[in-house]
Amino acid sequence: MARKKKKVPEINASSTADIAFLLLIFFLITTSMDTDKGLARRLPPPVPKDQEKKDVEMNERNILVVLINSNNQLMVNGAPMQLGELRKKAIEFIKNENDDPNLPEREVVDVEFFGPMKVSKKHVISLQNDRGTEYQAYIEVQNELVAAYNEIRNEISKRKFGKTFDELDEAQRKAVATIYPQMISEAEPKNYGGKK
Amino acid sequence: MGKFTKSGGREMPALNTSSLPDLIFTLLFFFMIVTTMREVTLKVQFKLPHATELQKLEKKSLVTFIYAGKPTAEFRKKMGSETRIQLNDKFAEVSEIQDYIAQERQSMKEEDQPLMTVSMKVDAETKMGVIVDIKQALREAQALKINYSAISKN
Repeated sequence: MARKKKKVPEINASSTADIAFLLLIFFLITTSMDTDKGLARRLPPPVPKDQEKKDVEMNERNILVVLINSNNQLMVNGAPMQLGELRKKAIEFIKNENDDPNLPEREVVDVEFFGPMKVSKKHVISLQNDRGTEYQAYIEVQNELVAAYNEIRNEISKRKFGKTFDELDEAQRKAVATIYPQMISEAEPKNYGGKK
Repeated sequence: MGKFTKSGGREMPALNTSSLPDLIFTLLFFFMIVTTMREVTLKVQFKLPHATELQKLEKKSLVTFIYAGKPTAEFRKKMGSETRIQLNDKFAEVSEIQDYIAQERQSMKEEDQPLMTVSMKVDAETKMGVIVDIKQALREAQALKINYSAISKN
């Protein structure tokens, strides 16, 4: 009994494309492609309640006071300033290349890869704002300050390793960060200026 | 000279579409992988500020979001048009942030807890008063790693 081989009927696959299209469109719609980006910051730990607020004595030359008032105007160390000039000012302040007595003091620190380097490790950029300041203005100032640090870090990384700061490995990055430590202090909130 | 002119119109060969599903599937998988479904429905609207020196938020599982901005149109009647804070799916007061952070931290794996990052998605026109309050609350809650969410400006 020679049985004829039964032919398996082929499955009609012409609709798979449509099904896949439907799924595709669904995912296209629900997708939010925006990768979250932002300015990373670290807040200072909370002040213990029983501890009295005491002002830490700091040499005035080590502090760069950046104030933003409720009209989003900028004042740096007592003088009004445009946002565009802030980066240059901050870089000048952090680096203090000529050991200017009005700019932060520098100490010789032994840094890996670099050897002894003069580091202005006591400098602080104190960022103060009013309750009425707009968030956009605040972010712009933060951005300029971070940009200042990034710029000088990149500069020294390029000179020493021929790479940007982001491309360095962990140890190298740490060394560069020792030379230019990021010290942006977000002060305890105070009220400046009139309108709230 | 009719050597080159063929008699009878040439028929257009049917396009072979048998690989089309495969192509679409590849696209589909790509989108499935990059998709992050929105977990919360936003009740406040915000336009993020612009900045240039941005860092990417690495692991989504370590990030907790705090939203602040004006309530969306449908809630405006009830909530007014003042800046509001949104935690998870509902409006909240500054005083609730601490509990919220503690709760979020509890739900994380223990080894991840110190790495917790709080991302603040705040409208660009918000007054700093609200943000200062949020920051103080975060400090009290020991959530010190924060991230001001922003859009890169080219």
